[in-house]
Amino acid sequence: MRVMVLAKASEDVDMSAGPTPEMLEGFAAMDAFTEELVKAGVFIAAAGLKNGAEAKRIVSEGPKRTVIDGPFAETRELIAGFSIWEVKDMDEAMAWAKRAPNVTAGKSEMEIRPFYEAADLTEFMTPEELAAPRDGERGRLGVA
Amino acid sequence: MAGGETHTPPETHRAIEATFRTERARLIAGLARLMRDIDRAEELAQDALVMALSEWPRTGVPMNPGAWLMTTAKRRAIDTIRRDRMREFKHEEIARAPDGTLGRHSGISVAEAIEAAIDDELGDELLGLIFTACHPMLPSDARAALTLRVVGGLTTDEIARAFLSNEPTIAQRIVRAKKAIAKAGLTFETPRGDERVKRLPSVLEVIYLIFNGGYAATARDDLVRPSLCLEAQRLGRMLAGLMPEEPEVLGLLALMEIQASRLTARTGPDGAIIPLTEQDRARWDHLLIRRGLGALARAEALTKEAGNGDGPYALQAALAACHARARQSADTDWARIAGLYDRLGRVAPSPVVDLNRAIAHSMAFGPEIGLRLVDEIAEISALRQYAPLPAARGDFLFRAGRLAEARSEFKTAARLTRNARERSFLLARADACDGGR
Repeated sequence: MRVMVLAKASEDVDMSAGPTPEMLEGFAAMDAFTEELVKAGVFIAAAGLKNGAEAKRIVSEGPKRTVIDGPFAETRELIAGFSIWEVKDMDEAMAWAKRAPNVTAGKSEMEIRPFYEAADLTEFMTPEELAAPRDGERGRLGVA
Repeated sequence: MAGGETHTPPETHRAIEATFRTERARLIAGLARLMRDIDRAEELAQDALVMALSEWPRTGVPMNPGAWLMTTAKRRAIDTIRRDRMREFKHEEIARAPDGTLGRHSGISVAEAIEAAIDDELGDELLGLIFTACHPMLPSDARAALTLRVVGGLTTDEIARAFLSNEPTIAQRIVRAKKAIAKAGLTFETPRGDERVKRLPSVLEVIYLIFNGGYAATARDDLVRPSLCLEAQRLGRMLAGLMPEEPEVLGLLALMEIQASRLTARTGPDGAIIPLTEQDRARWDHLLIRRGLGALARAEALTKEAGNGDGPYALQAALAACHARARQSADTDWARIAGLYDRLGRVAPSPVVDLNRAIAHSMAFGPEIGLRLVDEIAEISALRQYAPLPAARGDFLFRAGRLAEARSEFKTAARLTRNARERSFLLARADACDGGR
């Protein structure tokens, strides 16, 4: 199964002055951990995301769209990065996730979300619907 | 509840077992290298799991669980060797009390060697185990079973279901393979230099065999079968992580990633196989395609750097990539595919490659070229009863407007195929030759 591992920062980290020595140490630990994931055949993809100052949020209410520029007052749920792993089950994902280094000084949080797979969709779609060609670019995420 | 642990015991148990699973292959690899015995390595690993299950609920999972398990297992190995040695020694003492110097060395020196190696992290034990399990002296089905067992961690029951066999057969196959390895005195080391070049193809062959076992399965099969693809991809990714400079390892990985990208798109609701050209490309897994294209690009760059020609896996991956890059079937770069088949036919000649080469050339340069190429190989005995040959010939003739001949080829192909669905498809094509023009 494929899972998305979302790394959440508890505070919006200011990178404008460049990374601190502690951060560099954290990045090195993260690299070593990623190396382990690669050698175990678990790693599929990963990326780190720039902080809230460079982010935008779009709030939809019916047809109305409101854009909110970062940094945001509410940073509790700010996603700092993600990885995609291919694991046998959630237990294995958890076993790996617990070993991920905590690169932030304070408290941080990880969230593991399994991808929808074709088998899951059979619960609310018939095999015919699933197989029906979808037009254009729909479904290009290639998950189901 | 030390440290506010919120897990209930069964969950802790499961969490520990999951951690163990992530370490198992490396653990067995390290122990096999020390003990020169896969069975002993598996037992010691199991013992280490039992220790972890009794210790970790109290102490918590250590920061480096792999090192903990390895150290525990090695200590255990030393203990048993010492105990065996003592028993032997006592027997000898009873038998020959007066001089008592017999065989003192062997057991103790092994224990000392293990002690010395206790913190030794060579890092390539896993690779050594993979190469040993895939040793060319073993039959390829035994290699596949053993690799799935000791590297993939599958149970013999799972392996049996995956290969449509039964548990006793697979268990026996694994036992025989282990015995053969012990008898040959293999050292579980990663071969170097020429030896490595010579033995790598048998490793790649096993992984691709496992992959194809899964690829041949259909949605209606036991779920274990399709999961062989994932298992093979995992092994391929592992291998690429361990041998990042080996173009053919990357080539095989690229090939598997790209082929796996079509897994969900290649069967219809009724379970029928949908040919590549008719698949809904929106359903391809584009994440895997990108990974595959990336691995292929690295493989090709490494080959070029070394001044070599592409190997058979990189070439097959390049072929798969041509289809993956085409957003619609009509965009397929058939000229490039034809050129790649020319090269593949030189690197890994086979009648099936020749046939595919003929098809590719017909798509790129017209049905007459296809006919000429297919007629060159029509007399090869391996293809005599091979339905795809007359099917391809029928298609070339049909496209060339020679309908009566096409009709007879489609009928021949329909007679040769064992697949009912394919037969009705071919008969429909034969009928279509009557109607037109």
